[in-house]
Amino acid sequence: MTPLLQVRGIEKRYGARIGCTAVSFDLYPGEVMGIVGESGSGKSTLLSCLAGHLAPDAGQVIFDTRARGPVDTVTMAEPERRMLARTDWAYVHQNPRDGLRMGVSAGGNVGERLMAVGARNYGSIRSTAEDWLGRVEIAGDRIDDRPAAFSGGMQQRLQIARNLVTGPRLVFMDEPTGGLDVSVQARLLDLLRGLVRRLGLSAVIVTHDLAVVRLLADRLMVMKGGRVVETGLTDQVLDDPQHAYTQLLVSSVLQV
Amino acid sequence: MPETAMTDPVIHLSGVAKTFTLHNQGSAVIPVMEGAELSVRAGECVGLIGASGAGKSTLMRMIWGNYLAAAGTIMVAGTDVARAEPREILALRRGRLGYVSQFLRVVPRVPTLDVVAEPLLVLGVPEDEARARAADLLARLRIPERLWSLSPTTFSGGEQQRVNIARGFAHTCPALLLDEPTASLDAANRETVLGLIEEAKARGAAIIGIFHDEAARSRVCDRVVNVSDFTPKAA
Repeated sequence: MTPLLQVRGIEKRYGARIGCTAVSFDLYPGEVMGIVGESGSGKSTLLSCLAGHLAPDAGQVIFDTRARGPVDTVTMAEPERRMLARTDWAYVHQNPRDGLRMGVSAGGNVGERLMAVGARNYGSIRSTAEDWLGRVEIAGDRIDDRPAAFSGGMQQRLQIARNLVTGPRLVFMDEPTGGLDVSVQARLLDLLRGLVRRLGLSAVIVTHDLAVVRLLADRLMVMKGGRVVETGLTDQVLDDPQHAYTQLLVSSVLQV
Repeated sequence: MPETAMTDPVIHLSGVAKTFTLHNQGSAVIPVMEGAELSVRAGECVGLIGASGAGKSTLMRMIWGNYLAAAGTIMVAGTDVARAEPREILALRRGRLGYVSQFLRVVPRVPTLDVVAEPLLVLGVPEDEARARAADLLARLRIPERLWSLSPTTFSGGEQQRVNIARGFAHTCPALLLDEPTASLDAANRETVLGLIEEAKARGAAIIGIFHDEAARSRVCDRVVNVSDFTPKAA
């Protein structure tokens, strides 16, 4: 089986400081990988490099495209990369306001991404948008409301609908449950797990919440100071951590 | 039985060792197991015995793959867990290796029926078929039907244990790990669980179990292995 994503030696520096360095991994279709680490460990920088939001200083991000097979997206022409970002990739921001258009209705937010890939029939766009709002548990009568009138949890679910409507194969998520209260988090986790399973999505999820990765991620990568210090099966890394930093991280979690 | 004696073991451990290195406590290196040998054939149930702390759960976790073995091979239904890539272990767990742990770890809010059906859904079993199998198991384990639509996170300890067992038995895996499956169960439910184990053996599952309940152990286990034999000898 060809990996959906092959990451080879990614490095990003901010002047003399290391954002992230020497990051390599393979992600297979249907796999969910979690990236954990403290603030400043380089996990968000890495995610931005993978998703093409930041240009890495070194390394390759090879994506198995539908048309041409595995292609390095770092050196790919800008229009092709933008097309990927609109079709096969999705990016769920921690703050839904970064991923939504706040002045456009909920239905418009979902429909806009469909139109960006060529959908033109208003009726079918609206019915697809309605279907997706339902899947993320937003009532159909809110379709014409703007996201500003939504709660934080609803905004996050709307962002997920906007991202998944075009049927992406790879989803990048930056702290998708951050900033939400715990009952809303649980609902979102349930939703994400169901979508990943039903649609066969692959995902890379950055978070600092170990409970979230245990429930969502198949595999785990632990970062510290811009480097990967440990990788493995999620429950193996959490139950039998090998690196000093991971042991500290796991033993620091408060039990409830 | 010469028939089973000729088949290859489903689970085979050889020379398995385990050490823990505690980096944040003076980098203490604690050897907890060495030279572990274990073989389980299809249709056989082997009980792990040994004093508390002897390493019964440690050995079981190394077979499940959430503890890393320091040495040796752990062959489970064709995969060497000690060396396999994460995705190979995930594939093993999806289709060939089941585990009933003592703890129920689930996404809050997910209905009990879906928690039990999930191992089947990830294998691509149609939703109504998976839910029917889950309902059948929950009914056998006496979880009242009015609770099926609720999340098990609010259930009592014994109910959570039974949900965990239902989930573990939902898919018919060729290899099965059971960590105290009859603990905290009343007599009727204990009987149901022992019946499920006997059915799994009859269909050819290779089972490793930890049972503190001696009567249960002697009923379902064909033999026992004392993990104290694998305790490293003090130098």
